[in-house]
Amino acid sequence: MDCKRALTLLPARVDQELGLSEVKALDAHLQTCPACHSAFVGQTALRDAIKQRATYFQAPIDLESRIRAALPKAPEALAGRVKQGPWYWGSWNWMNAGTALASLLALVWSAGLYLATPSPQELLAEEVVSSHVRSLMVNHIADVASSDQHTVKPWFNGKLDFSPIVNDLSTQGFPLIGGRLDYLDHRSVAALVYRHRLHLINVYIWPAAKERQTPIQTESIQGYHLAHWSEEGMRYWLISDLAPQDLMALARILQAQAQRVPG
Amino acid sequence: MTEAIKARQFQEMALPHLNAAYNLARWLTHSDQDAQDVVQEAYLRAFKFFDGFHGEDARAWLLAIVRNTTYTWLRQNREPVPHVSFDEEFDDLNPASSATLCEQSDNNPAAILARCDDKRLLDQALAQLAVEFREVLVLRELENLSYKEISAIAGIPIGTVMSRLARGRRLLLACLEQMHLGAM
Repeated sequence: MDCKRALTLLPARVDQELGLSEVKALDAHLQTCPACHSAFVGQTALRDAIKQRATYFQAPIDLESRIRAALPKAPEALAGRVKQGPWYWGSWNWMNAGTALASLLALVWSAGLYLATPSPQELLAEEVVSSHVRSLMVNHIADVASSDQHTVKPWFNGKLDFSPIVNDLSTQGFPLIGGRLDYLDHRSVAALVYRHRLHLINVYIWPAAKERQTPIQTESIQGYHLAHWSEEGMRYWLISDLAPQDLMALARILQAQAQRVPG
Repeated sequence: MTEAIKARQFQEMALPHLNAAYNLARWLTHSDQDAQDVVQEAYLRAFKFFDGFHGEDARAWLLAIVRNTTYTWLRQNREPVPHVSFDEEFDDLNPASSATLCEQSDNNPAAILARCDDKRLLDQALAQLAVEFREVLVLRELENLSYKEISAIAGIPIGTVMSRLARGRRLLLACLEQMHLGAM
């Protein structure tokens, strides 16, 4: 590879957007060419500086309530308005009004029940939060405490009916702390533990044949941020008190790994 | 009732991305109040289009609407947004836009960054970049979006995402250097 080609590909290399074969070819060039290598180091430093120093503006607290207020009202709120509505007085026969109100209340009540029933995904999210909190509380974060992927991965052999992808991600800012067995979604799952600065991240992995591929979804429960997706028939759930964008970064790294190494 | 259920589903999909929406609008408008207005308008607009959303990447879908709403808003309330070429060759040859603000620099980034380690300087430099470079940098570095997602949000080819990121970073570095020299 010549320098012109190398410099063209460099930004994508810095952004980890190059294919594996191009990465190999480019890295080989970088090892032999000091000029291109120093350009790579410079661009990486700049990328990190923007990531770390540029302000991430959090939405003001009342913006969410203003948006909620501007959207059509939830069923409960509608019912309240009907009950208190002045147009009921005098204009309607009392029997009719009573019946209408009763059936409306019944409707709202059943809709409320229907909406209040948590979905399987919400239940699973609650399970993940509990497991994460438990793992921190009893100081039992890892059964096998090692930053060596070649220690952690074999440890799962015989304990699980699948083999999770285990990589130390120190170079990307997420050193591997260890792994342990956990129980989620009515089965044994692999729990990998990564660290980012002072935050611990639990990564739960288990096979899910039904969901071949779903995009990364995020949510927040009790101050914890969660990210989950399915890739190559495996489900991934990440949870941490890390900033959402940092958790997202780890999610993308893991997702990219799974895409490169099927199974 | 269906409208209310739709509103509930919409809120569950869209509100988790409020910070991302606000951060983008805030960086594009430079103003807290304007960003709040734009985001609120974008959310109402997104709710109208919600029937056309079929469970793909919610954040990218929403951010594309936030971006469009912001540009419409900027056109109506500010001086016209500079014409953005979709041709990367043109980008590199065109001396207009932010190249005039910050001269290109070939100096060592690490050294410049070390001299300008003030967080405010970096924010200022990023804020001064032309909007087409600012938006890709914000989406990439602050939102950790992939080239593909950025390409979908900004409606530009992936190759242009890459060249704008590269050029945006060069311009940012030149800005930082100039600000540092100006401060001395």
